[in-house]
Amino acid sequence: MADKAKIKEERKSSPFLIAFSAVILGLVAGGILMAVIGENPLEAYMYIFKGSLMNMERIGNSLATSMTLLFTGLAFAFAYKTGLFNIGCSGQMLIGGLTATIVAHYVFLPRPLYLIVLILSAIAGGAAWAAIPGFFKAKFNVHEVVSTIMMNWIAYWSIYYFIPAYLKGPSLETESSSIALTQSLRAPWLAKLFTGSEYINNSIFIAIIAIILIQFLLSRTTLGFGLKAVGANKSCAEYAGINVNRNIVLSMTISGALAGLAGLSYYTGYSLNMQIGVMPSQGFDGIAVALLGASTPVGVLLASVFFGILQSGKGFMNAMTSVPPEIADTIISVIIYFTATSVLFEKLWNGLFHKLHERQQDKDAAAELTAQEAQ
Amino acid sequence: MWGLFVQIFPYVIAYTIPMLITSLGGLYSERSGVSNLGLEGLMLSGYFATAFFIKMTEPLMPHGLSLVLGLAAGVVCGMLFSLLHAFASINLKADQTISGTAINMLAAAVTVYAARMITGSGNIPILMGIVRNDIPVLSKIPAVGPLLFARSYWSSWLALGIWAFSWWLLYSTSFGLRLRACGEHPSAVESAGINVYAMRYFGVLMSGALSGLGGGIMLVTYSGEFNGSVAGLGFLAIAAMIFGQWKPLGILGATFFFGFFTTLANVSQVIPALGSVPTVIFKVFPYVVTLVALVFSSKHMSAPAADGVPY
Repeated sequence: MADKAKIKEERKSSPFLIAFSAVILGLVAGGILMAVIGENPLEAYMYIFKGSLMNMERIGNSLATSMTLLFTGLAFAFAYKTGLFNIGCSGQMLIGGLTATIVAHYVFLPRPLYLIVLILSAIAGGAAWAAIPGFFKAKFNVHEVVSTIMMNWIAYWSIYYFIPAYLKGPSLETESSSIALTQSLRAPWLAKLFTGSEYINNSIFIAIIAIILIQFLLSRTTLGFGLKAVGANKSCAEYAGINVNRNIVLSMTISGALAGLAGLSYYTGYSLNMQIGVMPSQGFDGIAVALLGASTPVGVLLASVFFGILQSGKGFMNAMTSVPPEIADTIISVIIYFTATSVLFEKLWNGLFHKLHERQQDKDAAAELTAQEAQ
Repeated sequence: MWGLFVQIFPYVIAYTIPMLITSLGGLYSERSGVSNLGLEGLMLSGYFATAFFIKMTEPLMPHGLSLVLGLAAGVVCGMLFSLLHAFASINLKADQTISGTAINMLAAAVTVYAARMITGSGNIPILMGIVRNDIPVLSKIPAVGPLLFARSYWSSWLALGIWAFSWWLLYSTSFGLRLRACGEHPSAVESAGINVYAMRYFGVLMSGALSGLGGGIMLVTYSGEFNGSVAGLGFLAIAAMIFGQWKPLGILGATFFFGFFTTLANVSQVIPALGSVPTVIFKVFPYVVTLVALVFSSKHMSAPAADGVPY
């Protein structure tokens, strides 16, 4: 008789395997593009990782880059969980960054109190900018993808004229004056810890708090359950007595608040000033971060660190080889494409596991047969 | 006021046409049942391919031929990119919003990557675009003549021709009926013995071809240089399609509407009557108007019933 315990359960593909396959394919596609222009892909990749992880200082800088991506990723993931496609993280990030920059220039308070005001201002800016398309979606059924893109451009042009008019720097018309170090998110002890990293800042701690809060909100509260229910099946949620429209507005608002924090971490922690005429690409990279991280807070954390390494090392690679820095964005976009086509990997892995499983079964059966013959 | 109108009208048309043709591409795709958020990226790929091809062939052949072949290259490149979207959304039943977003990001990254390898700076300027021409006889008609037929690009007439042809194709032929039916009730179409996959492939590839052409026309008319971005025109084209209620005539009206206000924003500084208004008002105006327009037109959506639903 066959030993039941011996036959293992057939393995299935998992979100991790799918993300892993997408990353590998993204890196392969990037490698092909590098090879096309006559560069050695392995060498170029080595420079990317060297550029972002060579020493403590560079690790600090890469982490600082990751934090902005983490917030936009979390923002997108949160809305996505609740069935909304918030492609307007860039605009929400701009407005959150703007409100935070204004506070940094004009509000002077004792440090702990000041930080709270600064954080709240960024949250308020981003949340307000996202609440508008949320309201339009709930009330008038306006597709959030189009409306948030319009909001992106409105933010872009508003800042284009606001900065030179009210926050102009001493030398350049195209950027705001730098905020004082004491008014920024940077902390001397962090810089020391990362041996002189210029960009590392307190947003790391805000990020950790945000991840815990969002994880808690989604998995442990009635509100989170309601939001997810709306994302899973709108009519069903409505039938169950959940206020769908209220949840849509709320979800966009929270998502926007997180994008506002991305603005906080970037403009008052990383760059210390705002340039006009730039649509922050982090808003779009956040989509990749969220999708790669399967829209879970922990997945977003891992994905943002990975993309942070790519983005932060591309400059070094560009200096050492002739590969243009856009290779990082290419890899990221290929990864998104392959996460969208995850069905492909699911089939592939399941097929592979099925084959392995069958082979194992055959082997077991054969072993059993020889055992019987021996008797 | 009329003088001003006549003066800016050629610019309005120049700005409207790329958006119109891209929006029309979106119409093909969505009518066949595949939502296409990648119009911006498809447009960008055409924008790049046209610039690249014209740059390469400019010294080798007559100017006009180089432009025509450049636009054709834009069409082909747009189709190739749209194949990615078609494969993901039709064969693999992927999330079409994500796939479209991936196309946008991929086009943005790959085209600039390639442009950097070619020119070093990431910009590809061409020597000369299409020359504006008065159409003989017609441009002499009082009132309408100077408005429509004076200083016009031949590409605008090509685009309008494609628009008229598409209207006929979609609404007066059995092929058009089948294509539209694929976006409403694909299983009914299948039961009539028609290949839904093939129809949807046609729709998506058309969106790639027309968006690529839109990007190409933008290059050879008012832009004159590939600079890595089509500045959200592809997204405005999507908004125009929704605002135009997925109908050819609606799209024409909506894109013209956006084109008019954007042009007004661009020239507001040199018009004394508008000079006192802050420029920012004009710059955000088209986007605000789009939002307001969507608020009014979205409640009673006439989107194809199976739009964005994999089959």
